[in-house]
Amino acid sequence: MSENQWTEEIERYLNGEMTGEERARFELLRKENADLNSSIAGHKHFTGLLKHYGERLELERRLDAIHHEIDVHALKDELAEQPSWIVQLWRNHHSKISVAASIAIFAVLGTLFFTGYLSNREQNYVRLRGEVAKINRKADNINNKLNSLNRPGNANTNAAKFRGTGFALSSNGYIVTNYHVVSNADSVSVQNAGGKSFSTRVVYTEPQSDIAILQITDPSFKNLSPIPYSIRKSESDVGENVFTIGYPGNAMVLGPGYLTASTGFNGDSTAYQVSIPVDYGNSGGPLLDSKGNLIGIINAKQSQVEGAHFAVKSNYLINAIHNIPADSLNKSLNINTRNTLAGLSLKQQYKKLENYIFLVRVYNQ
Amino acid sequence: MSNDLNNGIPADNEVILGILNNSESVLKRLYLAYFPMVLQLIINNTGNEDDAKDVYQEAIIVLYNKVKTGDFELSSKLKTYIYSVCRRLWLKRLSQLNRYAGDIKDFQEYLAVDDEIEKNRERDIEFNKMGNALQLLGEPCKTIIEDFYIHNRSMQEICENFGYTNADNAKTQKYKCLQRLKKLFFQQK
Repeated sequence: MSENQWTEEIERYLNGEMTGEERARFELLRKENADLNSSIAGHKHFTGLLKHYGERLELERRLDAIHHEIDVHALKDELAEQPSWIVQLWRNHHSKISVAASIAIFAVLGTLFFTGYLSNREQNYVRLRGEVAKINRKADNINNKLNSLNRPGNANTNAAKFRGTGFALSSNGYIVTNYHVVSNADSVSVQNAGGKSFSTRVVYTEPQSDIAILQITDPSFKNLSPIPYSIRKSESDVGENVFTIGYPGNAMVLGPGYLTASTGFNGDSTAYQVSIPVDYGNSGGPLLDSKGNLIGIINAKQSQVEGAHFAVKSNYLINAIHNIPADSLNKSLNINTRNTLAGLSLKQQYKKLENYIFLVRVYNQ
Repeated sequence: MSNDLNNGIPADNEVILGILNNSESVLKRLYLAYFPMVLQLIINNTGNEDDAKDVYQEAIIVLYNKVKTGDFELSSKLKTYIYSVCRRLWLKRLSQLNRYAGDIKDFQEYLAVDDEIEKNRERDIEFNKMGNALQLLGEPCKTIIEDFYIHNRSMQEICENFGYTNADNAKTQKYKCLQRLKKLFFQQK
């Protein structure tokens, strides 16, 4: 028998197509012949696999057909967990948001470009370098941190070398300023709020408390009306509202602020520390409290620290006045004790004070 | 009563009987009943609807084979069983893709079903080999084999379909085809 025929026999046997006699003979053969037995088992397994493979394909086809009827997309939308509103917002509107963001970026860049901000970067850098140089220069002066507040005059508007501020001590022409403003001066003149200049002479100086007393000697000077402020003898308290009026530039400037310490630089008990916006040129200006009492004379600031300025205490001014030798005074110097500023608003006080504050110009070679 | 049963979720024992009886309608109702649950599982764990379809059909086949071989015991709800199988299959798929982050968002309770999936996996490999072998076999052998061994057609029918002059020729042809198919099947690794 050929293999072909054997296979057919096996198939007939497995399918139960044999007659009883054939079957008995075949089973006998199978018992005797192990090869035949394993052929039968192998054939049975392989055709069984084929059969199951067919069934699997059929099942998959049926499942696919069923699946086809499901509206998967509707189900998916229903079952997907809803993301947070911000994600939804992005999903629904991301194109619009992107366009808006692009426009915003272009607008910002465009504005920066056309206003020259981008090209100014280099200048800022140079300026910063200037600052560093300035700081280096300040470091050189570290030993005398007290910077005097007088400043070089503006050569093309007048011939003054330095200038500061001064204020009237009496109505007959005595004026107070800082010693450092007028030191080494060949001549000193003062200018009132109206722009009129008067020549003066230095009557008395007290370098240790940085005070100088001037007297207007100009014949065109007419006596002032009575001084509105009085000089306070006792110390003022930290935290008090104070202000000064001075000439940091060519115009009179009001500087309001606070008394921030009862001692000056490095614990100097002759001075107050104040937080007031002042600049070079404010030196010699009066420091007044809110009631209009004169409590000090602005004289210095601490370099490299913002808002730390100093004022000589008013009782040193009183001392200085008492120390003036009698023969230096050709007119009587009466200290005013009547204060007419109390209770007025700062605006009204400023108006009343204007006439008593002077720009001090110092000339020397 | 029949109306309710035809539309709603089929009772568990009804499904078992339906599978044993090759009931088309029970299979359909079973499929429709639990697909949303599996879709929810997959799309909320970084899969898409096609992944859900693959995983779900594989799970149905696992159930189907288990019932057919007669070793299925209803020890839990059918719903839980299907969910567990799908969950296991999806975890496996995720780790194969290196997308498994170590955590999965669950929507149902589940059981351990590892061995059942392993059995199905071996079977799938054999079926794949068989499919490949049949493709390589080519016509007319493929159709002859399919007709005789899968669709249970008689040699007489096959003879007529292919225009063989006598049944012996057809039998010889079928034998040669089967030998080649076996060779192709066992050659594959």
